[in-house]
Amino acid sequence: MSDTKEYTLYNDKVMDHFMNPRNMGDIQDADGVGEVGAAACGDIMKISLKIQDGKIQDARFKTFGCGSAIASSSMATELIKGRTIEDALKFSNQEVVDALGGLPPVKIHCSVLAEEALKAALEDYVKKHPEAVEHAETAATK
Amino acid sequence: MASRTVFLDHLSATPVDPRVFDAMKPYFTEVFGNPSSLHRYGLQVRDALSKAREQFAFLINAESPEEILFTSGGTEANNLAIKGIAYANQRKGNHIIIAETEHPSILESIAFLEKQGFTHSKVRVDKLGILNPDDVRNAITDKTILIAVHHVNHDIGSIQPIAEIGKIANEKGIAFFSDATASAGWVPIDVRAMGVNALSFAPHRFYGPKGVGVLYRNRKARLVSIIHGGVQENGRRAGTENVPAIVGGGLAAELARKEMPQRIEHVQKLQKRLMDGLSTKVPYLKINGPPCGPHRSPSNVSLATEFIEGEGQLLLLDHHGVCVASGGSCVSKSLKVSHVLSAIGLDHALAQGSIIMTLGKDNTESDMDYVVETMAKIVEKLRTMSPMWDEFQQGKIDSTIAPRGIGKSFTEHAAAVSGHREERSTTR
Repeated sequence: MSDTKEYTLYNDKVMDHFMNPRNMGDIQDADGVGEVGAAACGDIMKISLKIQDGKIQDARFKTFGCGSAIASSSMATELIKGRTIEDALKFSNQEVVDALGGLPPVKIHCSVLAEEALKAALEDYVKKHPEAVEHAETAATK
Repeated sequence: MASRTVFLDHLSATPVDPRVFDAMKPYFTEVFGNPSSLHRYGLQVRDALSKAREQFAFLINAESPEEILFTSGGTEANNLAIKGIAYANQRKGNHIIIAETEHPSILESIAFLEKQGFTHSKVRVDKLGILNPDDVRNAITDKTILIAVHHVNHDIGSIQPIAEIGKIANEKGIAFFSDATASAGWVPIDVRAMGVNALSFAPHRFYGPKGVGVLYRNRKARLVSIIHGGVQENGRRAGTENVPAIVGGGLAAELARKEMPQRIEHVQKLQKRLMDGLSTKVPYLKINGPPCGPHRSPSNVSLATEFIEGEGQLLLLDHHGVCVASGGSCVSKSLKVSHVLSAIGLDHALAQGSIIMTLGKDNTESDMDYVVETMAKIVEKLRTMSPMWDEFQQGKIDSTIAPRGIGKSFTEHAAAVSGHREERSTTR
């Protein structure tokens, strides 16, 4: 091609997170792990969390899915690090879409999957540490 | 940008042959008449269309150039064949037989006709994507007015036993149409030996321009027009002909016929090198469709790579300059797995990891080696990102391609993790 423009399927931000995913991998002694699948397309996403003092210290992902699914999980793990459990439980897929500068309409479900994987990981943590949520709730009412 | 590009999507488009491009040029600027006009400009162009008809007839060994109709592309030719033959025969019956692995332009035309009172039977294909002519025979009813079976499958390159089906159709006096858009120019076509009454193809798959399709049709296939207006194409297809594209397509057809032995020999060699290379260098990779040889188009390589998904492969290959087509998995417009891959019984997860490569005359052996090397690299990268690869290593799930007998299937695993969230993610 004589054209020098770089043509890509997704925008630069999505391509960057697909080509150079952040936080890819597993946490060995994770405090919470969530693995979810999307019935619509068959993608599977796994997020593991390291939680200390009610805060997400580290987040990692592994994804079986398309470019936007990988980019969504990369971005979700970036966004969630440092948040309290309480904040993290309010996390919405829209944050991923916005941070990625938008996704094609047919790919929005990839960001939903990232939200679900994160929430599944938080649920797993809460199941093991019920006191953490009580603590968060008390903190919230203060 | 990648330092090297290897175009492996020749079923979607081919570069126009420079000889073809040169032949087209005068028809934009100097020889610009409308073939319906009665003056010298019109008559000159009419001559050019006649020549193109002869060239297209030559490619498929049609008896007469008058059996060649021009349309806007393969899709329109398929629509015209299916709807045109169905409507022309509706007093005789309303039943149509197709293969389950037809192109969407056939499937959607049939779906449209169903709403108008026509019915159809889909004939199943085997694991290689090939149908059994006996199943076509058994599907025939006293209401059957059309049998439509593609020559070569777009996705997996299977070659159908067209001549045998032709015999059955002719014996029963039923019109027989074949979509040859994935084969013309790459697999020899002889409409008389194949016993087809109608056949479609488009020159942009063999170094001609886009914007023109051909429908061959002999006297045994009665056809009514579906685009109405003037009496172009003997009243079978109204609308001013795309003259430069027809002229270019005609020459591309002539060249394809003349150069076919060399082109086939070349791509067949590349196909084998690519298939062998991928099978050796990439573990847990499967070739979809028939092996290299008489039952497979020499230009098609369809593969399924386990534990990773197709779009990621496509994007990373593109990043390395290798342009391929998606096997219809989580592609940008549709989330559905290809109906062809489902038809050959491919596991859902494998179908998701499928990509299609179609070879051309300008690809080289060193291109194939580069593709194999690149593919091995990107598959490894995507597998390090995939939770399924981990779970396979840990024995939690099993391989479909080379089962070890440990762990559950990917499909079972996927269903288990999709669970109660299913409804929500599909409605968003």
